[in-house]
This record gives sequence, structure tokens and C-alpha cells, in this order.
Amino acid sequence: MPFLGYVGVFLLLPTGIVIWDAVRNPAGQFDLSSLKLLFNPDVRSFFTGSIELSAVSSVTGAILGALLAYAVASGNPDGVVRRLYLAGSGVLAQFGGVTLAFAFNAAIGPSTGFLFHADWYYNFPGGIGLIYIYFQIPLMVLVFLPAIDGLKIQWREATENLGGSTWQYWRHVGFPLLAPAFIGATLLLFANALSAYATIQAWENQIAYTVPQQIYISINSEVGLASNEGDVLALGMVVFVAIIMVGYALLQRRAARWLR
Amino acid sequence: MAAITSLGESAPAPQTARPRGMQIGRRRRLNLFRYVTFTIFGLFFFLPLFAMVRFSLEGKQAGTFSLSAWTQIGSTPGLVSAIEITLELAVITCAVVLVLLVPTMIWIRLRVQWISRIFEFLCLLPLTIPAIVLVVGLQPIYNKIEHYNVSALQLFWVYVILALPYAYRSLSAGLTAIDVTTLSEAARSLGASWATVILRVIVPNMWQAILNAMLLTSALVLGEFTIAEILNDVNLQVALFNISRATANAGVLFSTSTAALLFAFALLLILSYVGRRRRRGRA
Repeated sequence: MPFLGYVGVFLLLPTGIVIWDAVRNPAGQFDLSSLKLLFNPDVRSFFTGSIELSAVSSVTGAILGALLAYAVASGNPDGVVRRLYLAGSGVLAQFGGVTLAFAFNAAIGPSTGFLFHADWYYNFPGGIGLIYIYFQIPLMVLVFLPAIDGLKIQWREATENLGGSTWQYWRHVGFPLLAPAFIGATLLLFANALSAYATIQAWENQIAYTVPQQIYISINSEVGLASNEGDVLALGMVVFVAIIMVGYALLQRRAARWLR
Repeated sequence: MAAITSLGESAPAPQTARPRGMQIGRRRRLNLFRYVTFTIFGLFFFLPLFAMVRFSLEGKQAGTFSLSAWTQIGSTPGLVSAIEITLELAVITCAVVLVLLVPTMIWIRLRVQWISRIFEFLCLLPLTIPAIVLVVGLQPIYNKIEHYNVSALQLFWVYVILALPYAYRSLSAGLTAIDVTTLSEAARSLGASWATVILRVIVPNMWQAILNAMLLTSALVLGEFTIAEILNDVNLQVALFNISRATANAGVLFSTSTAALLFAFALLLILSYVGRRRRRGRA
């Protein structure tokens, strides 16, 4: 079966190589001491930076994206606005990358900004966080819209018939129903920001703030904390992302209970 | 609108109204919320793009207009070849993804249902493995195969993996929508070979899903940067990145980026219209 062979060589084998190289010493023997690198203060600062940026951009992106998803969902299901926003979200969620950093530099760059010159453009995580939100909101719309579309009108009507206000509807019906889907989507956004590399590299490539940037440095230069620093960092990221994705999968299953 | 005519009544909403079981005042407030939201988000999404387009049209002096950045696309060294490579990569990746996935998925659906969960897991796995991690492990493999193929086209091997989850999802949606078993049994009992079943019976029935998978794959390839940069292969994004390092805010950056983005947006908009026409035709 060609599929298995292909996936084996280009997906499973590389992952295996990363794990295997991370737990070896330079002599090639099995050795867990490299993993101590993950607790090195320098390395920890990259993880802290990654987590900080991912947390800021995923939580803000999730809240704003949920608002937009609700606005889209409450309109005409076959209308122009909805189609435009969905097609746009599809493009912009993938748009994270070199081009995005160019666009923001053109808009609010400290020396070139077309709208205004933002002194905080190169702040971490504020400046880069704003850029990340640009692709996090569309992703949130894409993953959260099905959940909002699943809210039945009858639930709203039932609340109104019982004399409930809009606030009571959201407080007791809407929000509890959407909470698992919302938290799950936030986790997905978090993982998305964690693995992003192109945008931050094009934004500022002099200083490494995040783990992916440091991985790039360590596999492209001889000077590193250890010969297999890149592999150890990569392993740390895999474990991190795997935990988040398991949480996402569990929450999605919980959310699916109501959304049939 | 219709909302005004039924003002003050508790009668069910008229047919032309939006399908929400809400009181009139509440609907009006909701509409206000929607318009405000659309305006604010629209501006947030639009302004950086607008700034990029404006910069691509900037003349020699600030505030003037000129098309020079667009004409430079053809004359900037390396850029045209990078664009060619990227488009070729998109085509090759699409072809390999389809050849790899479509027969396998049909075969699984017809013969070995029990394997489908494992197959789905494998296809979605690349979502959880960041590209930057994948490339660390890929470097040794690429060093090996580099003897045979030294051009940047070799990137397609990994791009297929990156595209798997997106292609799988759209193809699987397309396959679920048709009755593969009945179609293939009918074709087989009329004497068709397996190749005929796949190419002339099943594929035409899931054309929409295949188109969708191809567009998502192309969009991904057009925007890929991480793996190409680390493997030292120059595709469109890497070429742009290198130009931006050499000359900050070169006009050609903005014109090329705008062109690439417009291309991707046009692809997806076409898709959403095609999909809608299909649904209408069926209903």
C-alpha cells in the first residue's frame, strides 16, 4: 500500500528521528541527560515566550472570533456577507506567514506605517500578538461557526416563552452550551500560534523570542547549548502540542453532544 | 422592511424575515450589533491589505502613484524562477495528494472499513506535528535523497504530508455524500475494471470534493515558508523573505504579495460559488 509507505517515510520516520536524536548523547548511546536541557533557564525563556505569545493571541483571537462568528451566524445563511466572510476566513487563516508581516509593516510599521507609526510595533508580545490575531480570528470563525450554527432557535424561543431576557438566555443556555466548543477552539488556536514560525521570523529575525526561532538557530549554526539542541526543543514542542490537541479532541467530543 | 409591518405584534415572524425566533426589538438590536461588528472587523482585516496594495503602487516620492513595483516583478532576479517553482510545486503536490489519497480512500470504504479510524488518525496527524519539528527530522532524510534531485521541486515530498489533513477532510466529505458501494457494484457487474470504476464512476461523482482538496492544497503550497527556508530551497515566500532582508520595504515585495493573495482569494471565492450552484441545482 503506497500510502502507508509514503506516510511512513515522510511523517513517522522524521518524528521518530527527532525523538531518537533527542535521547542520545553525541556518542550515539541512549541517554536522557539531553532532556535536562529543557530546564535550562535560557531554553525555558523560549518556552515562556512561546507560551506568552500563544496565550495572548489565542485568548484575544478566540473572544473576538467568537463575536464575529455569532454575527456571521445570525445573518442570512446564503447571503453575500456570510460567503464573503467564510471565503475570506479560509484565505486569511492560512495567510499567516511572511506576507502578513509585510502587510502590517506597511500599515503600522514604526517608520513606514501608512495608517500611523506605531512605536510598539516591535514590542513582544504586544506588537507580534496583534499580527497573530489577524490569522487567529479567521481560524476561530472557521472552527467555532459550526457550534454557533448548532444553537437551535427553539432554545431561544423557549427562554423567551418562559420570560427570560437576552442576558438570561446567554447566561443559562447559550454560554454553557458553547463553553466546551469555545475552550476547545481556544486550545486549537493556542497550538496554532505555538507552531507558527514564518510570521515572527519575518517580523523580526534579530532576536529569538520563541521555540521555533531557536530551533532554526540551533540547526543552522554550530554554536548551541548541545549538539542535539534542535531535537530536544522539537521534542519538547511535540509533547506540548500533543497534550493540547488531546484536550481539544476531548472537548470537541463533549461539545458534539448537543450539536447534532 | 418586513420587520416594520409586524411591529408591535406577537405574531410569528413573516416569511421574509430572518429565521430567528426573536422579538422585533431584539432583532433590531442584533442587527445593530451585526453591522457594528462587521464594520470593525472588516476594517481590521481590510486596512493592512489596503496598506500593502497602496505601497505596491507607491511612486518615487511618497504620495504619488506608479506601477513600477508591479513591472519589477518580472525583472527582479530570482523572483520569477521562485514563482515558477512554487506554481509547479502546487501542481505536483496536488497530483501526488490525489493519486495517493483517492484510490486508498475508495479501497478502504469498499473493502477494509475497520482500518478507517487508523487511516483518519494518520491523515490528521500532521496537524499536531508543527512544520518546524517535522523539518528537524526531515533534514537527514533530505540529505540522503538530495543526490537524486537537487532543485527546490523536491519540497513536494513534504508538502504532500502538510496537505494531507485538508485534502483528507474534503475528500472524505465528498465520499460520504455518495453511495460508493452501490455505484461500484453496479459498475463491476456491468463488467467495468477497477480503474474504470474509480476514474469514470466514482471520481466524476465527487468532483466538487476533489476540486476543494486541490484548492486547499494549492493555497497551502503558495504560502509555505518554514520548511523551504530551513532546507535552503527557494520558493516564493523564501524569495520574498530574502528580498526583504536585503532591502527593507522594497516595492516589489508588496506587489508580489498582493498578487499571490489575490490569486488565493480568487480560487476560494470561485470554489464557494461553484459549491453553492451545485447545492441549488440538486435542490
